Amino acid sequence: MKVDLQAVEEAARALYIRALKVLPPDVKQGLERLAAAETQPRARQVLGTIRHNIAVAEQTENLTCQDTGIPIYNVTVGRGVQFDGVDLEAAIVRGCTRATREHPLRSSVVHPITRVNDHTSCGTRIPVINVAFSDRPHELAIEMIPKGSGSENNTFLRMAIPAEGVAAIKAFVVDCVIAAGGKTCPPTIVGVGIGGSGDLCVHLAKIAATSRPLGSRCADAEGAKLEDELSAAVNELGVGPQGLGGDSTAFAVHVELAATHITMNPVAVNMQCHAVRRATARLTPAGLSYDA
Amino acid sequence: MSHHDVDTPVTEAQARAWRVGDTVTLNGLLFGIRDRTQIEMFDRGRKTRLNLQGHAVIHTAPNVRRVPVSAKFPAGYEPICVGTTTSDRMERFTRPLMTQYGVRMIIGKGGLRDGSQAAFQELGGVYLAIIGGTAALETTWIEAIEDVDLDDVNPESLWQFRVKSFGPLLVGMDSHGGSLYREVASETQRRRADVLASLGVKA
Repeated sequence: MKVDLQAVEEAARALYIRALKVLPPDVKQGLERLAAAETQPRARQVLGTIRHNIAVAEQTENLTCQDTGIPIYNVTVGRGVQFDGVDLEAAIVRGCTRATREHPLRSSVVHPITRVNDHTSCGTRIPVINVAFSDRPHELAIEMIPKGSGSENNTFLRMAIPAEGVAAIKAFVVDCVIAAGGKTCPPTIVGVGIGGSGDLCVHLAKIAATSRPLGSRCADAEGAKLEDELSAAVNELGVGPQGLGGDSTAFAVHVELAATHITMNPVAVNMQCHAVRRATARLTPAGLSYDA
Repeated sequence: MSHHDVDTPVTEAQARAWRVGDTVTLNGLLFGIRDRTQIEMFDRGRKTRLNLQGHAVIHTAPNVRRVPVSAKFPAGYEPICVGTTTSDRMERFTRPLMTQYGVRMIIGKGGLRDGSQAAFQELGGVYLAIIGGTAALETTWIEAIEDVDLDDVNPESLWQFRVKSFGPLLVGMDSHGGSLYREVASETQRRRADVLASLGVKA
């Protein structure tokens, strides 16, 4: 399949707006589940307001949250897919810029030193474009994540050492959830990266927090076991929705891992706020389609 | 715990009457402010012509559309989506907002720290918690963007909104030393050892 770059630009534009407006079905179900189990009256009220807001966003076709985030595009290239990489990146940047200007969306992106905002949601190396590969024949998948800053500002890396063991990983996750408190807009999806190099570890935490639907499990059996333990544990801390106390601190803890060096034991935490935004488009020989 | 439906601005006595756990709904003017706005105002010496005396500021940078100036859009901006950002980053601006501009209410999410708590106590002010990430709902409480200042740092301009039934907002920090955030933080610290023990980790 030769990739139609017009379709990529259109997908990049539409996905940004769609991600900001349409809450994924697994997150809606997750909120229902948390609300049904929550024992604290104030926390129940907060969860009720969050669910009410989703209904208002749908009725008014508005963004669920004002934060348009740092735009991230995760491109997954299947077998037999052909494109010019530079042209593909340019098409994504055009689509991201058009979404910002045409909707319009607040451009939340500035130069890191001058703090100048070009009002395009783009800048040097932004949008973030990640490329991965799959064995699906003749399919280019594009996932769009507008990553809000409230949760992104609570990103943590610890280069623990082997002698500290898994205990260091567990304690770090618990302490990050405590440190984040209400600043991350809980209930959150706590993404945990384990192993790899320092940069890969942080990337894995991001993937765990943002790309994995609720109910999914870590592909590694040890990672999945840790997910179960940590998911239960962080909800015993009492942080609660918005950090105002309660049982519903996190929808889940997601773990993604990579092999690491014999001398290393890195752990990273990245969080996704309750306004989970992700949307996916698929480009195949049949044309462009969007996941529900 | 009681509810207060008030017109802005408010007096010091009004703000001091509110206690943690009370709820407040605002009508009238509300000012949007953010990191860059306050860096300009308090670190770079820029002044605003807008009068914040007795008013509420909300930690926000809205999504807006530029439109021709009209009775409906007096500042030439249509509000698209107005929400709230994390307050903690703007902790150090609470006191100058109160001493230099007479602000009485700070609206945000996630709470503020001890410095703000002391300012609320000494000067008579409150922190009103809004639910972060509920911007679609919040936008329905905004009637208009009436004015805008320091607009060269858009979207982190100083926005003057007209609001109706803006709330209910939860009094998260009051002028009597009460703070829901401190209560939750101390409870969380208290539980930490048990949670770590449940994971087989020595605290």
